[in-house]
Amino acid sequence: MVLGPTLIASLIFVYGFIILTGWLSLTESRLMPNYEFAGLVQYYELFGNERWWTSLKNLGIFGILFIGCSIVIGLFLAILLDQKIRAEGALRAIYLYPMALSFIVTGTAWKWMLNPSLGLEKVMHDWGWTSFTFDWLVNSDMAIYTVVIAGVWQSSGFVMALFLAGLRGIDDEIIKAAQVDGASLPTIYWRIVIPAMRPVFFSVLLILAHIAIKSFDLVIALTAGGPGNSSSVPAIFMYQFSFTRGQLGLGSASAMMMLATIVAVLVPLMYLETRSAKAMR
Amino acid sequence: MTPTPIRNNRLTLGRVVLYLLLVLFAVYYIVPLYVTLSTSFKSLDEIRSGNLLALPQVWQFDSWAKAWDSACTGVTCDGMQPFFWNSIKMVIPAVLISTFLGAFNGYVFAHWRFRGSEVLFAGLLVGCFIPFQVVILPMAQLLGSFGLANTTTGLVFVHVVYGTAFTTLFFRNYYIGVPEELIKAARIDGAGFFLIFRKIVLPISGPIFVVCIIWQFTQIWNDFLFGIVFASGDSQPITVGLNNLVNTSTGVKEYNVNMAAAVIAALPTLLVYLVAGRYFVRGLTAGAVKG
Repeated sequence: MVLGPTLIASLIFVYGFIILTGWLSLTESRLMPNYEFAGLVQYYELFGNERWWTSLKNLGIFGILFIGCSIVIGLFLAILLDQKIRAEGALRAIYLYPMALSFIVTGTAWKWMLNPSLGLEKVMHDWGWTSFTFDWLVNSDMAIYTVVIAGVWQSSGFVMALFLAGLRGIDDEIIKAAQVDGASLPTIYWRIVIPAMRPVFFSVLLILAHIAIKSFDLVIALTAGGPGNSSSVPAIFMYQFSFTRGQLGLGSASAMMMLATIVAVLVPLMYLETRSAKAMR
Repeated sequence: MTPTPIRNNRLTLGRVVLYLLLVLFAVYYIVPLYVTLSTSFKSLDEIRSGNLLALPQVWQFDSWAKAWDSACTGVTCDGMQPFFWNSIKMVIPAVLISTFLGAFNGYVFAHWRFRGSEVLFAGLLVGCFIPFQVVILPMAQLLGSFGLANTTTGLVFVHVVYGTAFTTLFFRNYYIGVPEELIKAARIDGAGFFLIFRKIVLPISGPIFVVCIIWQFTQIWNDFLFGIVFASGDSQPITVGLNNLVNTSTGVKEYNVNMAAAVIAALPTLLVYLVAGRYFVRGLTAGAVKG
């Protein structure tokens, strides 16, 4: 059977490993795994850990702003590009190229641009705006927002491509009919086109939420979770506790919580998506 | 009907604003690339005294040479070059193996259905959605006990294991479009599983192979999590190398070298994007409909 190897691999390396990680999270494992059942101690410790709460809060801030801004910019660009634009191909290529980059490269480039002494701040000073300060990278209250800036830069073009594909899939006749009825262009988009793109919205939400919850490399490259651990996110928490602090049990518990978050976000979205797909038919 | 001049005028004004907005956004996406490139060609003095957005006054290429083979990335000072080759050695087998596995699996799921195959397919797709944090601890242990920890082979294995769910999805969705009658007719003529695959399915699979290879290449080249967890020293991929280089704290921060290294790390996927952007977009949107 040709499928065999893949199915067995999936059974072991996806399902089996999730169960193993789940089991590890119920033990007192530290540097070495220890498979003796210890109940929910790691989860109590996790939710008593201030750093975990910071990570969750940052995930919330990052997730909402990253998803919100990417959708607004992506949709706006898609609508602009849908107006029979000359050089559409070239513009689309420019908007989308960041998606080909690694988050580490994006983080490195933005870390340099946002450098508090030599980056954009200095540009403003050179241009005469001497009171301008932009120290978000080293400001523990603002560091997580730099991740939003770089993340939106990287992903909004991709969102544009998805929405543009959605717009192209809408029947021109409906729009023409609305125009004949005297509806203005903004009204047509707001009342007809955007509601017709419901499924695209679901896919976009799904993908962006997925990227947000898993975000690790971008934060590492930009702020490494700092200053202090002010811009830590769950993926960084998991990595640090599992691999640099030798707390396998706690690391596993945080990994299981990440899985739970993904399930909690994706399952309702998928449910709504299939329901709206059925309603369309 | 001829439109009145005023109305015509307003329309063109709208178009001007439209193009202006589009160009502004283009600038927004281009600036980081431009800054990265121009910084990489500046001397450190010019970086400190000059403007971030200015072009280099004196173009220098030393930072590129240094980024390639002598910049320090922690303990060693061999630049990005060893990491670059590590990534090449990892990405080629990983992409080829996961793509071919995906082609076979996709072919089975699309045309050799059996009881429960849809359920198995859905079960396989779960692998596309899990956060990899939830499998890396057992995987690290497994690789360790097989002596594959910190080897390129280990990395290839991990990328194949977790990449095949995506490649299977790509091929399955593509092969669903191949008419069932074609396969059935061949089966009646006595052609077997592999013969049909080779003679009928493979010859029409060109586009999906391109999409899949580009997608996998970008994913694996850009991966950081697996690289930093499962590799060390002489098997680390370029993303890890770049991160080490930027965060090496010895000596002065050489921003020009960092930027040259970032471009080196980005170059392969950017080239692929430039050459085959059309397929890249198709891959992204195909990966997107997976939901």
